[in-house]
Amino acid sequence: MSSDRFEVVIVGAGLAGVAAALTLARAGVEVLVIERGDFPGAKNLFGGILYSGVLAELVPDFWEEAPVERHIVNRRWVMLNEDSQVALDLKSARFDAPPYNNTFTALRSKFDRWFAAQAEQAGALIINETTVEDLIFDGDRVAGVRTGRDDGDVLADCVILAEGANALLSEAAGLRQPMSPTNRVNAVKEVLALPPEIIEDRFHLEGNQGAAIEYFGGAVKGMVGSAFIYTNRDSISVGVGCLIDDYLRTKTAPYELLDDFKAHPAVAPLLRGGETVEYATKMIPEDSYNDLSDLYAAGVMLVGDCAGLVNPSIHHEGTNLAMASGVFAAEAFLEAREKGDFSAAGLASYRRRLDASWVMKDLAHYRNAVHFLRSNREFVDDYPRLVVELIRDYFTIDDTPKADVRRRLIRKVRDEVAFFRLVRQLWQARKTLV
Amino acid sequence: MAIDVKDYLKPHVSLSMAERLNLVRRRFADESHIVVDQEAFKKDADHAVLFICPAQVFKLNEKAGTCIINFEDCLECGSCQVARRYTTWRNPKGGYGVTYRFG
Repeated sequence: MSSDRFEVVIVGAGLAGVAAALTLARAGVEVLVIERGDFPGAKNLFGGILYSGVLAELVPDFWEEAPVERHIVNRRWVMLNEDSQVALDLKSARFDAPPYNNTFTALRSKFDRWFAAQAEQAGALIINETTVEDLIFDGDRVAGVRTGRDDGDVLADCVILAEGANALLSEAAGLRQPMSPTNRVNAVKEVLALPPEIIEDRFHLEGNQGAAIEYFGGAVKGMVGSAFIYTNRDSISVGVGCLIDDYLRTKTAPYELLDDFKAHPAVAPLLRGGETVEYATKMIPEDSYNDLSDLYAAGVMLVGDCAGLVNPSIHHEGTNLAMASGVFAAEAFLEAREKGDFSAAGLASYRRRLDASWVMKDLAHYRNAVHFLRSNREFVDDYPRLVVELIRDYFTIDDTPKADVRRRLIRKVRDEVAFFRLVRQLWQARKTLV
Repeated sequence: MAIDVKDYLKPHVSLSMAERLNLVRRRFADESHIVVDQEAFKKDADHAVLFICPAQVFKLNEKAGTCIINFEDCLECGSCQVARRYTTWRNPKGGYGVTYRFG
């Protein structure tokens, strides 16, 4: 069987894989990216926000040429109960000028295709419609990949796994902890077509400004997760994502949760006239920092979602961590190449670079976030509901003296909240969630 | 062309699953990339794959108590295998499966 050989083989043309390919190609490394879709982006999906700090370093002023949708000037965090919403609304003119708070909506089928083209122009080879089925080992060193093609073995000094949240190769090779219902979110999303003018009017935007709205509490029936609406150029993305364990526990189907969210009285008016043009789903990793593997071994590094690099807090960042990890893996390879050492020790600078950066600082900080929410369910269930009810009732006009209303609400809080438990939880939340 | 605002004041209507799936281009392979251990499925009182799959790939054969796998409908999230390890999910062969237009 004939075997091709590259210096680096990258599995998956998502943001992490392509960021690695681009960095390597620019440094003159022979790099092959293997993508199973028809083109880079064909099978790629996210909720909708591209955090672009790393991208702006890779491609300065990318917003002038890249197919991004809108820059986000308005962020809203909303708690729902069954009939009401209470929101925190942030809108800033500061986000309306370059680099646009490094926050853009995008559609991955378009964006990733463009991003991959940047890597190709820099000299990376990308081969599509090819599935990597196995890693090839030489002793305990990863020496290449076995694809589904005839004569499909490709050898490399180093393999970079950028296979995404469904981390089949990484898991099978024991390079990461097993995927489980408590470290994987399932997210479903619909793209609803709407004319730009309607979007701008409805969401109070001008030109290319965009809005990102996240919903908690009743929006996801008290599960650990959230719902969202993001504005694209001429569509909006609407979706829900919750821990698979919570779907299993409540026997809820993701599409039912999405339909109920879309029908909420505070949500439905934002969707009017929107025609569904796509329905899509993916998993999102919420591996705790505590459970992360080394993320490298002899001849191999893990980047992006398969490495578990998603911030599981309210920040929900993933794209910027993915790209950063791709760049760090590329830099670690270049350092290893200098020494001609692609052993685990030779590639160890990958993890050191991650650890020294905001990527691992953030993941370490939020290491207990998901566990905290799972073991203090009031934060996703009772408390948001109670906050919405209190504010709704405080502003309910029924000619009751305000003093009576205040007394009633204080009584309600006393009845429903265990005071010392709440104090302890808030103290813990300060450290795990904020 | 001028926009008629009234067109966009009508309620959004959720589609059926069949309509949703028809929006996604899928190239069908001959062979299923999903396998279910039927004995383990029968022992799963919740039959969890029936509701955890966002594309309703799995249906219950009421008579036999077994799981029908409409793998052609798969949107390739992999949640079934994570939810229940009696499901074995592999990547479809290169070039097969879903292609998202928007993503």
